[in-house]
Amino acid sequence: MRLHEYQSKALLAAHGIPVPDGEVAATGAEAAAVARRLGGRVAVKAQALMGGRGKAGGIVLADTPEEAEAHAARLLAEGLAGAPVHRVLVERAADIYAELYLGLVLDRRARRMVLMACPDGGIDIEEVARRHPERILRLPVDPAIGLRGYHLARVADHLGLSRRGDVPRGDPPVGERPVDERPEDERPVGDPPVGDPPVAPTDDALAAIARGLYACARANDATLAEINPLVVTAEGPPVGATGRSPLLALDAKMVIDDSALYRHPDLAAGRDPQSESDVEREARLAGLSYVKLDGRVGCMVNGAGLAMATMDVLKLHGGEPANFLDVGGGAREERVAQALRLILSDPAVAAILINIFGGITRCDEVARGVVSALRREARLLEEATPVPVVIRLVGTNEDEGRRILEEAGLATAATLAEGARLAVAAASKRPLAGGGR
Amino acid sequence: MSILVDAGTRVLVQGITGREGSFHTRQMLAYARAQGESGARIVGGVTPGKGGQSVEGLPVFDDVVTAVAETGANTSIIYVPARFAADAILEAAEAGIALIVAISEGIPVWDMLPVLRYLEGSPSRLVGPNCPGVITPGVVKVGIMPGHIHLPGPVGVVSRSGTLTYEVVWALTQAGLGQSTCVGIGGDPVSGTSFVDVLRLFQEDADTAAIAMIGEIGGRAEEDAAAYIADHVHKPVAAFVAGRTAPPGRRMGHAGAIVDGGVGDAETKIAALREAGVLVADSPDEIATLLAERLGTAHV
Repeated sequence: MRLHEYQSKALLAAHGIPVPDGEVAATGAEAAAVARRLGGRVAVKAQALMGGRGKAGGIVLADTPEEAEAHAARLLAEGLAGAPVHRVLVERAADIYAELYLGLVLDRRARRMVLMACPDGGIDIEEVARRHPERILRLPVDPAIGLRGYHLARVADHLGLSRRGDVPRGDPPVGERPVDERPEDERPVGDPPVGDPPVAPTDDALAAIARGLYACARANDATLAEINPLVVTAEGPPVGATGRSPLLALDAKMVIDDSALYRHPDLAAGRDPQSESDVEREARLAGLSYVKLDGRVGCMVNGAGLAMATMDVLKLHGGEPANFLDVGGGAREERVAQALRLILSDPAVAAILINIFGGITRCDEVARGVVSALRREARLLEEATPVPVVIRLVGTNEDEGRRILEEAGLATAATLAEGARLAVAAASKRPLAGGGR
Repeated sequence: MSILVDAGTRVLVQGITGREGSFHTRQMLAYARAQGESGARIVGGVTPGKGGQSVEGLPVFDDVVTAVAETGANTSIIYVPARFAADAILEAAEAGIALIVAISEGIPVWDMLPVLRYLEGSPSRLVGPNCPGVITPGVVKVGIMPGHIHLPGPVGVVSRSGTLTYEVVWALTQAGLGQSTCVGIGGDPVSGTSFVDVLRLFQEDADTAAIAMIGEIGGRAEEDAAAYIADHVHKPVAAFVAGRTAPPGRRMGHAGAIVDGGVGDAETKIAALREAGVLVADSPDEIATLLAERLGTAHV
């Protein structure tokens, strides 16, 4: 589950990571009130679960509460790049000297969380990884020892924040950056630093942030926790008794492991209702894996891998899947009925392909379950123009299973390829519902 | 004649008194008994607090150490609920179990990381979690797969999936191509045994003549496998990669099946496998056709 920026920042702040002063707002008036409280220049940031938010115009600066209100109202009304925006984060604008990247990411191959640091922050880190992998320091974290001082010293050194008094190797202050006319892929990264930072950043501040990031990810079961950019500020906000911090988490992204949500009820409850469709929410609550797609052939399959393969074979035969749906083992009546309701809630669905590999469950049992589920969702069998259903069933007692299905007037297929062909043909004969999607 | 499990396998069932555990214990016993003398043995089970009971005539122990001492188990299969599964794996490893097969689905990643770290220095091998298990047809089934679709023979099968594996195995069996061993490595983002681990074992196994590999979107395990195959595997390999039609950024059922940050798409995996000389199938059952052709000509 991906968290919004404001949710991620709240978790990071709880682990001692300095974030800009700010509050989330759901209306223009609320945004204006936050801006008034903060005083001075603020950033109004659309809370949308998408990459490239800044480029899409989702982050705007405002010098007055009135401006903040206008920007917030516009983002909330218009959304961002086609996605709805239901909240904006209004924050005190930071005086940026340099932008860095610090992230903790699951490395599946290494079977470790990996701390990644890069002096080029504020840009797409995946792009940096492709073009200039040497700019990224990757430290796999051994869970037996965690992050130690010598790790953090290397990170500080890589980011140019070491105690030796180096200045950041990051970009010069935003206002002083010359306009680079070269195409993005021809520009050098990591130009030498220009001038001194107004407040000398220390490796201690960075170490506290890196430790906080690791602790925060572990405490919240995050498989990704990213601060991008981590900024060196001209004048940081007050932090603790030490007075001022030169480092600030300007933007943050976290992804929480779905398998661990059972021990984070507060995070699960904070799931953005707009981050999933009604159908997807219904499926999740019913314990079914469902992903809506754009095609016209609804799919119901037992097992995630086989469900993906079924979609692929549909495409191979000229069709487009309307969804991914794993109905789980056994294909019992109740779940099949629920799955049919989910599939048919998509008006674009013109045919349904059911592909069940009857493993330990016998095919005749599966067939009876499917038929009674179809009867319960009666419009499939009895409506004047029912959505055609093609069923491919394989396994023990396969013949008996097919006989039961055929007696109920259902089309059966012996192979996945035949099932896909029949379903694609049936879908192409059916007119688009309501004049198209 | 096989990898990982053979006639010397003595299986302990962790979580034997649960619904899944007891059901599949019955299935595994039935499979073992149907093989007669050549079959391996299911020797007992573990459920904390239920020591002294019996399930399907098998003794139940409170802990793995006791169970190993009493039964001589060298393999364990784990059906315990996800939130207790990480401990169950560690308990089995500490008790000296050589092969641990974790069926449990939904173990949190942060629970698995220290487990996998611990196993790096241990003689135990973990297969899974979130996998269908391991079967050597005609000998022993340590898993939840339907035994009857399998046939003893020369094809090693390795897969990240469950029912999709059965689909491929069934196609192989129908084509008359039996299997040496079928290994489900699981659909989670991190797991104990990789494609490369199993490919190495199949390459070394004298009775495996060809390999069927079933991958899916997410991660780089197929790319790693391709690199390994190019350098080390001299047996024919046919593969299917599921998820060509899966949209990026969406998790497709399995916790590990997601194209994320430009990593893990099917086309990249397929290209890497082709580059390594792997026969890539467009549909799961085509694996059987491709291997039948290859093995047919190899024997001429």
